[in-house]
Amino acid sequence: MSGIRTGWIAIGAATIALAVAGCGERPQVINYKQGKYQGKPDTSAYSNAPFNGNRQQWDNAIDTRTRDQNEYARLRD
Amino acid sequence: MARMKFLCDAERCIECNGCVTACKQEHEIPWGVNRRRVVTINDGVPGERSISVACMHCSDAPCMAVCPVDCFYKTEEGVVLHDKDLCIGCGYCFYACPFGAPQFPQTGAFGVRGKMDKCTFCAGGPEPDRSDAEFQKYGRNRLAEGKLPACAEMCSTKALLGGDGDTIANIYRDRVMHRGKGGEVWGWATAYKMPTGTGGAQPPGAAPTAPAPATGGTKS
Repeated sequence: MSGIRTGWIAIGAATIALAVAGCGERPQVINYKQGKYQGKPDTSAYSNAPFNGNRQQWDNAIDTRTRDQNEYARLRD
Repeated sequence: MARMKFLCDAERCIECNGCVTACKQEHEIPWGVNRRRVVTINDGVPGERSISVACMHCSDAPCMAVCPVDCFYKTEEGVVLHDKDLCIGCGYCFYACPFGAPQFPQTGAFGVRGKMDKCTFCAGGPEPDRSDAEFQKYGRNRLAEGKLPACAEMCSTKALLGGDGDTIANIYRDRVMHRGKGGEVWGWATAYKMPTGTGGAQPPGAAPTAPAPATGGTKS
């Protein structure tokens, strides 16, 4: 008799657990996270020849060329 | 740290397509792929304007956001690049890009899409700098040679400017001041941080800034 009673209690507990599990549904909308790059690593523009890691020299070279696009400044010089 | 950007001056662009040709020649771009193109508004109508368009290397690039395989990355100079070995050619980046920058070579008879190809700001890709593999996949790496993109350097009228965003913005501002017009356009003060009312950096032809309406007037 007590075995049957224990069985009913177990079935009841399982039913309640199943019903409560329905309340634990997770939101289906994805929260976007910025992806992480999965490809090969790249080196800096100044890391190889002719700059060999000299960032200041590379910065100066790029800056000079950028400023030379201004012909007003070039004519003033 | 330089923040690489392009700026096209529509007042100067003469639709010569020199930038397009320079790009194709520099990187040996295959037929059907245009990393850069010239768009003309009101073509044939007096007052038409042309502008050279390519990847704008967005600060918050939508192509990077939508790529399902995360093949995009950004260099420390702000150049948006991608790994072709990882690209699956799905085309999401093309739909996400507001400038139509991603290009797909048509390979085979049935329009099969190849791996995505786009403007690299002449910065190559993740292969070793200035290697044959880098040139074949991404084109020449001019930044590693201390040079600016070929399109900007080849531009005959210097309509297309490339380089550090602050520097080219200053060049453009200098031009507008010499021209004596253009400073009155909507958004100028926002884009170039002009102090209103000081007149110091205002182009000669610009309309004077209207004084702010007085508040708290007399009540009848």
